[in-house]
Formats: sequence, structure tokens, C-alpha cells
Amino acid sequence: MTHGDPNATANKAMQGQHAKLSCRHLWKVYGGEARDTLSRGAAEEDPAAVADKLRGQGMIPAAVDVSFDVAEGEIFVIMGLSGSGKSTVVRCLSRLVEATHGQVLMDGDDLLAKSPREMIEIRRHKLGMVFQHFGLLPHLTVIDNIAFPLTVQGLSAKESRRRVEKVIAMVGLEGREDSYPNQLSGGQQQRVGIARSLATEPDLWLLDEPFSALDPLIRRQMQDEFLHIQTELKKSIVFITHDFLEALRIADRIMLMRGGRIVQVGRPIDLIVDPADDYVAEFTQDVPLTRVLTAGDVIAKGRGNVEGLVRVSPGTKVETLLPMLSDHPEGLAVEPEDGPAELLTPESVIAGLSRHARETGAGVEAVAS
Amino acid sequence: MIRRGAIPTGALAWAVVLAGMLGLLALRGSVPWAFSYPSDWVLPATRWLNVGMDWFIAWFGPGFRAASAFLEWIMAGVRWLILVVPWSVMLLLITLAAYVLSGLRLAVFACLAVLYMAVIGYWRESMNSLSLVALSVPVSVIVGFGLGAWAFLSARADRVIRPAMDLLQTIPAFAYLLPILLLFGFGPVVGLIASLLYAVPPMVRNTALGLGSVGAEVIEAGTMSGATPRQLFWRVRVPTARRQLLLGVNQTTMAAFSMVIIASIIGGTADIGWEVLSSIRKAEFGQSLIAGLVIALMAMVMDRITGALASRDATQSASTGPRGRVLGLAAGLVVVLAGLSQAFPALADYPQGWVVFPAETLNAGVDYLVVEFSQQIEAIKKVAFFYVMLPVKLGLVQTISPFSWGFAFTDTMKAGYAAVSVALTVLGGWRLGWPAAVVIAFCAMLLFYGLTGLPWPALIAAAVLAAHHLGGWRLAAGVLAGLGFLLVCGVWAEAMLSLYLSGLAVLLCFLLGGLIGILASESDALSSAVRPVNDTLQTMPLFVLLIPFVMIFKIGEFTALLAIMAYAIVPSIRYTEHGLRNVPGEAIEAALCSGCTRWQLLWRVKIPLAAPVILLGLNQTIMYAIAMLVIAALVGTNGLGQQVYIGLGDGDFGVGMVAGIGMAIIAMLADRMTQALSGATQTTTP
Repeated sequence: MTHGDPNATANKAMQGQHAKLSCRHLWKVYGGEARDTLSRGAAEEDPAAVADKLRGQGMIPAAVDVSFDVAEGEIFVIMGLSGSGKSTVVRCLSRLVEATHGQVLMDGDDLLAKSPREMIEIRRHKLGMVFQHFGLLPHLTVIDNIAFPLTVQGLSAKESRRRVEKVIAMVGLEGREDSYPNQLSGGQQQRVGIARSLATEPDLWLLDEPFSALDPLIRRQMQDEFLHIQTELKKSIVFITHDFLEALRIADRIMLMRGGRIVQVGRPIDLIVDPADDYVAEFTQDVPLTRVLTAGDVIAKGRGNVEGLVRVSPGTKVETLLPMLSDHPEGLAVEPEDGPAELLTPESVIAGLSRHARETGAGVEAVAS
Repeated sequence: MIRRGAIPTGALAWAVVLAGMLGLLALRGSVPWAFSYPSDWVLPATRWLNVGMDWFIAWFGPGFRAASAFLEWIMAGVRWLILVVPWSVMLLLITLAAYVLSGLRLAVFACLAVLYMAVIGYWRESMNSLSLVALSVPVSVIVGFGLGAWAFLSARADRVIRPAMDLLQTIPAFAYLLPILLLFGFGPVVGLIASLLYAVPPMVRNTALGLGSVGAEVIEAGTMSGATPRQLFWRVRVPTARRQLLLGVNQTTMAAFSMVIIASIIGGTADIGWEVLSSIRKAEFGQSLIAGLVIALMAMVMDRITGALASRDATQSASTGPRGRVLGLAAGLVVVLAGLSQAFPALADYPQGWVVFPAETLNAGVDYLVVEFSQQIEAIKKVAFFYVMLPVKLGLVQTISPFSWGFAFTDTMKAGYAAVSVALTVLGGWRLGWPAAVVIAFCAMLLFYGLTGLPWPALIAAAVLAAHHLGGWRLAAGVLAGLGFLLVCGVWAEAMLSLYLSGLAVLLCFLLGGLIGILASESDALSSAVRPVNDTLQTMPLFVLLIPFVMIFKIGEFTALLAIMAYAIVPSIRYTEHGLRNVPGEAIEAALCSGCTRWQLLWRVKIPLAAPVILLGLNQTIMYAIAMLVIAALVGTNGLGQQVYIGLGDGDFGVGMVAGIGMAIIAMLADRMTQALSGATQTTTP
């Protein structure tokens, strides 16, 4: 089993796609002046050693040499436990927190080099952000909250009304326009937060644990709606969460962080089948494979007859396939966008699941011994 | 708290101090300087202050007088504006404001309260007071908001503004009046400036607190919406902090009003406070009660209206539909009434013939009660005086005599007292640890010799040592410096008299208020009965509280004690109940499951867990008692309060100022010590 440089994995998935956002060697150090130490160059060669040195001087490195790319239209999930630096990273991207060192390139333009005035313009037009506890203004109605970013721009009432109505319909808040935040449930409040962040039609959409404060049932429903909105809008997204299952459900790629450092970047299946270390493996060991594996991963070996079978796309989760298979025990046809359809049978699913289970199990054992 | 059986060096230090005290008491004949601080050693601080003030007035006086003339002009304008409004229209306006802001109940109350002012014939006086408030509140709110926002935005400004506000609030209200009087000259301007100084701090505090406690995410959301720093402040931070800001407006209004009333002591304003004061002085209790009720009602209406402003939900202001119509209707009504009052003068100026002024009846009633129950009243006074107040003030050794207690304090009895004290001290030390022994021994000495009979070197040493135990070297140094100031400025004796009166009041409030608080926390019925009483006592301007006690018990220290207690008992009750009711439910459930009885639950779980909050109540009780002390000087006490009053009466800046600073010192030291005590309790009860 090979564990390459996490960034190599990161870039592999990027092939042929345009990077909307590139984060390069981002550092955030609290509790002291680390700018000089970091700009000396040693930081890029051996970040771990430099971070240790800064800790020794009583500073707190919250983000250590973080580099990643987000493709146009991609959902990029940053995942980690509390204190792992994920919130710091997303705040450095939008400059709610000033990074100590590094670059944040949006369409090749370094955000960290912008003046405060330019940054206000960028936030007004290109960035949207959703917060864990919603961050709504208690004295404004739903409609005024959503229109707030447009109001501060000085947009005409007519234009802002048109845009607000569009996003209100998108998040399903029709009829609640004149309510105040404290009259809404948590899920509805977050809908307002989402609508507000979309009202400016941003290019890059940042979501900081948007569903963590919600009840599990509502959370699930909101995830579905989020995915639904995304199929329509195709934004470039950075999504923060501490919930691995949530990450699995929505991510195109996941970046796992620990202690301010990147542990691994990759597709959900990569993290499970090929964990970079025991920390990742521990995270993934209880994940039901049916949630991660897709139809493309469990097709039957050798070509079978797919004539007259129900068709599914290769990206369909096994979880979704199982009830379909019980209705159609003869099998399903997996049809990629390009190329011929392939056969998927109950036996091939079982074989695929046990093959991957062996692999991940072996991974854990190998690390343990 | 000090642990049981902890480092014996502390015990040793206390033993030395107490032994020293005993030694000085034994040698009292040969060391008179330790009992009354020699006047040769007194620094002429009073003279220095007077010289400094004279110099200051000589240089800057004209500037202040000019400002005073200018303010006088504005005030006259506001007063004219308020008095030109027909009484009927004013009644309607206030009632409508109460209705729109709160609802029918407050509207009815406000209407009756304003009507009362007109019916008893105090309309002009009431409106004079109102015009002072109407001018000082907006100015205080704007200045306070500005300073608070500045303190919030700049850490450097905060370091100056915060302690300055603390100081303004700890210096007793009366002490403000003197320098203002000297700078601005006699007249209603003094009341205005004093009320500004007194009313700004709560607004500053609430502004800084409110702006600072806006959630980080709300600010981040505003930033991410592309708000400029200015938009972020005015459109995100300020509206989000609205509730706290309006709470500041409420507190500022109440502070301004209470100071306007206090300032009427200077006279020349023809306002309602002056009516109360002059009738108290003339012993016309009926009049003072009637006028005092005006003040109380005004205070309550102002408090409820501004309070409703603060507690009102953003959601309520939204339903503009019906309210909007009400406002339109109201405007029409006001116009119609104003027109009618042009036609019917009775609606413009309340006719003299309609005035009902039952002062004589009230006086007769009070006289009847006082005469009828004179024996009981005398008995209560005597018991309190001979068995509680005098022992603390002068000690049993001077109090017990055939005249007071009915027997002489013989040497045998003294020996017996000493033996019992020693026995109790030993018992306390053995059962509860040495700190208890120290407290018992000190109390025994205090009761025997009285606070004024104890030597100052030993008292200072004891206070410094206690401060060191509670808050470390810095607090000890502060106590030493503060008490040293009282000593070298020659006001030690007055300070001890103040300490005795306020200390006794605080102790009684803490015990009685604590008891009521405990009972209220156990019984919902009592709790809801006590709450309105507390609210009323707290909104009442201070010297209205004097009236009922003066009426019954006449002038004297006992009356002062009761008046202080009436005001200072409120925080004791409130904090005790609040602390006990907010003990975490899990702790109570755990205790119940361990088989606690109700009694055990209270003593072993609830009170220990609520101790920090209860001690915070003690802290507030002390501050309230000291604030009331100066007011109580009006009914005859000796001490710093009386000195402030004398300084004010004679225009002697030095005397009044030294006494005022002295009271502020006592207040600040007591504040820091009790806060340290509360903090120490907090660390042991997680």
C-alpha cells in the first residue's frame, strides 16, 4: 500500500480542471510574531519542525503550511475535530482572520494582498459565507436579513427585491419573509443564513459547520437540500464539518486536518481504502462501506448481458442500490457517460464489499502491528 | 476561603494583632493617642483643598459661570416648553406613550399617577422636576453612548474611562454637589450638572457591555456581507446591542431622576424634591408624604416606561399595522385636546378649586397613631438603641448601666463575659478552625469596648491582615493607604461612626434579607409577594424612604438605621433568592437521590453552591448602605455623611470633600474586600 504526499493526491484529482481557489503554504500563528521566522524559507522545507519551534517559543500555530486547490464547481470538505484548525483556515480564506504567511489565490489573484477596501468589494460580490450559529441580525426580518449584503452595497430596492425573492424561493422560505429570526426554528434560521450568503451570487461559497447546530433529522434534510441547490448553482464550495458521515455524503474531496496540519486529501473512498496513517484509519474504520462505495466500484467482473435491465449511473452509492437490487435480483445496468454499460448483480456487490472490507481491515492491521 | 487547619503563620499574625489590641486596651490610660488620633498629627488637607479650590475658581470660575448661564438659558427653554403644554394634553401624551410601549395596564397606572400630580396641586413642581430630567437624560445618553463606544473601540480609552466611571459611582451623590455648587453657583444648573455626572456612568457601562457582547458570528456575517467598518458599527453592532443600550437608558433615567431629587436640597428650583425636603424640615409629615408619593409615582412611571422600551421585542415593533393606526388616532386626539384647552382654561391649567390636598387629615392621622402607640414606639426604639446600637457603637462597658439595662456592669460580670468569650473562642477554634476563633475573639472585644472604643492602630492592622488574607498584598496595601488617609486627614472618629451605622445596617440586612431570600426561594407565593416590594424600594429616590420612618420614630440614629436598611436590604433578598434558585438542577437531584432532607439540601447543597452569588448580594448591600448613609445624615447622624452635609451647608469645600472622599474610600475598600471574598468562595465551589 502506498501513501504518497497528501498534496500529490490533492492534485491528482485536479487534473484537467480549472482551480477556482488555491491555498498555498498558509500559516496562522497566534500568540506572537512569527512572520519573520516563516518568511525565511525553512518553513516550506520542514513545516513540522518550524511549528514545533514556534510552539517552543510559546506561540500557537493554528494552521501549519496548508495548501490545497478547489476546482470550479467542486465541493471541497475540510474535516477535523475541534481545534484542528479547520475554522481558522476558512477564516483565513475570507480574511476574517489575517493569515500569518502564505497565499490565497482566487482565479490566480492573491486575496491576502488586497487592501481592506478591495476586500470589501470582493466580499460584496465574490464570497458568500454560512455560519454555524447562523449569525443573523436579530433586529431585522427574514427578508431584511437576506437583503442585508445588498443593502450595504447600496443596491436599488427593486433589484435587491428581485434577487432576494429568487433565493427565498430556492431555500423554501416563502411565507416567512416578515418573521424575525427568534420566531424561526434552527433549521429555518440556517435557511436564512444560506439565502443571505447566496443573495450576492458569489463565486466561492464558504460554509462553516452549517448544519452542526441542528437536530440530526433536520441536518439530514438540510444536507439533501444543500446538494439539491448545488446541482443547480454549481458553486465552488469550501465546506467545514467535524462530522465524517456528513463529509462522506456531500464531499467531492475531503481534506482531513489535525493540529493545524493536513493529514490527507482525497476522495472519500481514498480516505477509507487508502488511509494516510492510523489517525485517518481510526476515523474511517466504522464507516459503513455501503455509504462510500458506488456502483462503479462493485460491477461484476467480465461482461454480462445488460439487455432490459434498469440503468443506474456509476456514481450511485451502494446504499441506494441495495433496495433496487431486492426489487431486481437479476441485476442492474451501470451506464457511464462515455462507454458501454456494465452489469451489476447482488453477487458482484457482495464481492465488492468484502474485497474492500478486507483491504481496509488489512490497512488497520498493518498499522497496528 | 481559608482552609481548615491551614498555615499557622496566619493564625500567629492574627494572635499578635488581637494581643496587641488587648495590650493597648489594657494600657489605655497611658497611650491616649491610640484611641483618639492627636489633632497635632492631622494633615491640613481641608485647608489645602480649600486653597486649591479657591485658586481654581479664581482662574476658571468665569468660564464655569458662563457655561452655567448658558445652561440656565437652555433649561428655562425646556421648562417653558413643558409648562406651556396643557396638563390635560400632558396626561394624554404620557398615557399614550405608556400604552404604545407596554399596554393597557401601564397606561392606566401612568394615567392615574399623572392625574394624582394634578389633583393634589403639585403640577408645577412635578413638571419642574420633569423638565430637569427631560434635559439631562438625552444629554447623558448621548455622552454616555459616546464614551462607552470609545471605551469599547479603544483599549487605551477603556483604561481611563472605566475607573473614572467607577469613581463617579462610588462617590456619594451628595459629595458631587459641593464642587459643582462652587463652580457653577447656586441654582437649578447644579441639579442638572450633578444629574449628568451621576447619570452618565450607567449608560457608559451598558454601552461598552452591549457593544462588546455582540456575537462574533454576527460580526463575521456582517463583514462577509461586505459591510464597511462604519456600516458594521451602525448597522450590525449597535442594533444587535439594542436591548443592552435601552437598559442603559432605563438606568440612566432613574439615576438622573434620583439625582435631580437629591440636588433639590440646594433649593431655588421650586421642584417636587424641595417640597418634600422643606416639609420634612418643618415636620409636616402629611405634606411630605403627599409630595413624596409624587416622586415615587414619577419614578415608577419613568422606570416602567423606559423598562418597557428595553424589554420590548423587536418583533413587537414590527406589527406596525394596528399600532400605526393607534398612533394616528393619538395624534388626532392630542390636537383636539390641545384645541379644547384653548377654549376651556380648566383643561390648560388645573383649576385651584379642584385641588384635593388632604395633608391636614393625614397629619391628624399620623399624630393620632404616634400618640396612641407612643409606648410601643418608644419601647421598640429603646430596645434597638440600648441592646443593639449602643453596644456596637460604645461597647457594653459603657452601655450597661442601671439607667439603660436596669443593672450595673460589675467586675464579676465583666470577668464572666471574658471567661465566656475565651471559652467560645477556644470552642470555635477547636470545632471550626482558627479563622472562626479569630472572628469570635474580635467580635467579643468589639461588643465589649464598642467600635469607637477600639484603638486605631489595632483596627488598621486587623483590616490590613484581613485584606491580605482575602486579596493578597495589593489589596492589603490599598486598605492601608485608604485607612491611612482617613487617619491623617483627621476624620477617623467620623469614619468609625459611619462604619458603625452602615456596618450594623449591612449586618442586619444581610441576616434579615438572607432569611427572606431563603424563604422566598422555597416559596413561590412569598417570592411573588416580595418582588413588587423590592422593585418599589429600589426605584424610589433615596430620601423618599426617610419619610415614613421620620414620621413614626422622629429624628435620630435609629430612624437613619431603618432608612438605610429599607434601601440596602433589597440586594440581599434578591441575590440570595436568585443564587438559591439557580443552583444547578442536577446538583439538587443528585443530593435528593443521596437521601438529603429538605433542610440538609438547603444547608449542605444549595447555600454552599449559591455562596458566591449571595456574597455578591452582600457587596451590593454594602454599596447601597453607604449610598444611603449620606441621605440618612438629613435625619441626624454623626459621621462622614453629616460632615458632607455640613460642608455643603457652609460652602466649605475642604470639609465636604475630605468627608466625601472618605466615604468613597470606605465604599471602595468594602467593595474590593467583599469581591475578593466572593471570588475566593467561587474557587472552592466549582
